[in-house]
Amino acid sequence: MQHTISVLVENEFGVLSRVANLFSGRGFNIDSLSVAPTNEEGLSRMTIVTRGDDKILEQINKQLNKLIDVLKVIDFTDGSAIDRELALIKVTAEDESRAEVLRIVDIFRAKIIDVTPKSYTIEATGNPLKIDAILELLRPLGLKELVRTGSVAIGRGAKGWKG
Amino acid sequence: MKMNGARIMLECLKKEGVDTVFGYPGGTVINIYDELFSFKEIRHILPRHEQAGTHAADGYARATGKVGVAIATSGPGATNTVTGIATAYMDSIPMVIVTGQVPTPLIGNDAFQEVDIIGITRPCTKHSFLIRDVRDIAMIMKKAFFIARTGRPGPVLVDFPKDIQVAQTEFVYPETVEIRSYKPNLEGHPRQVEKAFRMILESHKPVLYVGGGVVLGDAADQLTALAHRLGVPVTTTLMGLGSFPGDDPLSLGMLGMHGAYCANMAMTHSDIIIAVGSRFDDRVTGKLATFAPHAKIIHVDVDPTSIKKNVRVDLPIVGDVRDVLDKMIKQADKVKDKVTEYSASLVPWHEEIAGWKVKHPLSYKNSSSIIKPQFVIQKLRELSDDDAIISTDVGQHQMWTAQFFRFNRPRTLLTSGGLGTMGYGLPAAMGAQAAYPGRQVITICGDGGVQMNIQEMATLVQNKLPVKIVILNNNFLGMVRQWQELFFDKRYSQTCMELPIDFVKLAEAYGAKGFSTAKPNEVEKVIKQAFKEKGPVIMEFKIAREEKVLPMVPAGASLNEMVLNA
Repeated sequence: MQHTISVLVENEFGVLSRVANLFSGRGFNIDSLSVAPTNEEGLSRMTIVTRGDDKILEQINKQLNKLIDVLKVIDFTDGSAIDRELALIKVTAEDESRAEVLRIVDIFRAKIIDVTPKSYTIEATGNPLKIDAILELLRPLGLKELVRTGSVAIGRGAKGWKG
Repeated sequence: MKMNGARIMLECLKKEGVDTVFGYPGGTVINIYDELFSFKEIRHILPRHEQAGTHAADGYARATGKVGVAIATSGPGATNTVTGIATAYMDSIPMVIVTGQVPTPLIGNDAFQEVDIIGITRPCTKHSFLIRDVRDIAMIMKKAFFIARTGRPGPVLVDFPKDIQVAQTEFVYPETVEIRSYKPNLEGHPRQVEKAFRMILESHKPVLYVGGGVVLGDAADQLTALAHRLGVPVTTTLMGLGSFPGDDPLSLGMLGMHGAYCANMAMTHSDIIIAVGSRFDDRVTGKLATFAPHAKIIHVDVDPTSIKKNVRVDLPIVGDVRDVLDKMIKQADKVKDKVTEYSASLVPWHEEIAGWKVKHPLSYKNSSSIIKPQFVIQKLRELSDDDAIISTDVGQHQMWTAQFFRFNRPRTLLTSGGLGTMGYGLPAAMGAQAAYPGRQVITICGDGGVQMNIQEMATLVQNKLPVKIVILNNNFLGMVRQWQELFFDKRYSQTCMELPIDFVKLAEAYGAKGFSTAKPNEVEKVIKQAFKEKGPVIMEFKIAREEKVLPMVPAGASLNEMVLNA
């Protein structure tokens, strides 16, 4: 099962490679990983999307916690978090397909951020399933380039997770 | 007072109570060595290879319980420490390794003797630091020692660029250290302990299954006290040997691949396993699907990742083993009558175990014409001091030592259990002897492993470290040969060390003494003579070449499917 895990880390030298090494060294999967500083100085937050059975997920959580630079680990179970991803999509848009691309962009509440006579570049955000859906519609029209950030996640409700 | 970074490093070591370091000079640590020249509070031992220096620091740490310290220069010096670091990591040994690094502005430029040692050692260190400012040295060293020795101990590497060794600042050593992201859970949850205790009192066939955590956590007395209170039999892993007296009637000896028949049978038939500071390694459990099928499992460990990693656990207790065992003893004392009753109820279980002990005791067929390795081990035990420290290499001799030496005290066996590092024994003994000049330190090796760090003979002689080196010589890489005999139709591919080495002359070449014999009736004489010598000695015993380590659980088989005679 796919899990989204948030990891709060000290912004120390090499912390990303420690986390990445842990996953590769122990044979855990990473579907996506994103990392950036938080609002508290010295801290970064990683969002890791991973897969595995309960036993593996338990090990992933424990092993992450064991890293000296890791402050906190939260495994968001289904529904407890909102996750969003950003995608930049360069798509062929010529003649009759130009209008079709615009319609799809409109339906998905995405944005055109660059235009040429032969292409559109689209910015789309949403949960990863929504990104998958817009890509599925755009692919037949000619997908030239795709960049996805991977998910970031935040817990639902009023309670904030410091950092 | 202002001082340079190199001097600050030494002052930090002194503040941490370090009295001995094992190190090898080189271009990027030359400033540290220059400061060391006039720094008399720290004894520096120069090994002949950085790997040996790291193993020596490891042996020092295992024997004393203190943090072992090794120094190496950048590049090849640093990479030579890797096997030593990985060995320590697998067995949770507290160490701090200081490596020189090229000057900060050159890092990443493929400078001479530059290597990304932090990257290389990331998977085999508990943590690592790159010092980037002279003002950070003191805090980083404080943290390094704190991390190395607390929680589940382990090696910490500090990479120290040359320009920072030269830079100057005030030296202030921090009184305390606080790492907000590192808070090992040391206190076992009282309710979990109570629950565990209730579970034990309901059981009929309990086993205490004890690992290196009890040795590292200095909890051998507590373990022995609890086992005696409850009357529960104890089996230990290789790393746990010595945490419970091997001579105690409740001792089942070692379990696992080359464990005692009674220990493996007791595990298989038990209804509760109390795992303390052990991690259900594959060499211990055999085939997981059939491991201890009737047992509930209580697992006490300071490292949460050890729990439920390999086997299902009915009751986890995360905490320092000594704290948890102390709490269990308190529980036992609260309900003395119940405990007495429980202990008496275990008679049928003890009888069943006694039956296994009688049926297949650890044994071997002795010979009057050829030396049996097991006989040498028994003689060593008989003739050595009670507090002698034994180190081993890896292979057959290691298992024979584990089976037949019957360790009674913690920290008297130094052996590479997790990584299984050949070449460990001699330098580890060197480290232990440096810590305890007055104690008998013996390393038991095979002819294969001893040659992996034989150059340390020079270090022993130079530093007057009177380690007694026992070589059980079968001119084979015996353990692999045993596997080839049993599972590969005796196709002895590259396991025969055909060139006979004259170990007596070799000892003499280094300025040490050497004895050699192939006669069983000379074994005792040689050992006695060697023990009388004031300096290091090699004792070579030419042993029965194709003697096997038995019993043996073949890889992938269940614990109770032991090969007893082959």
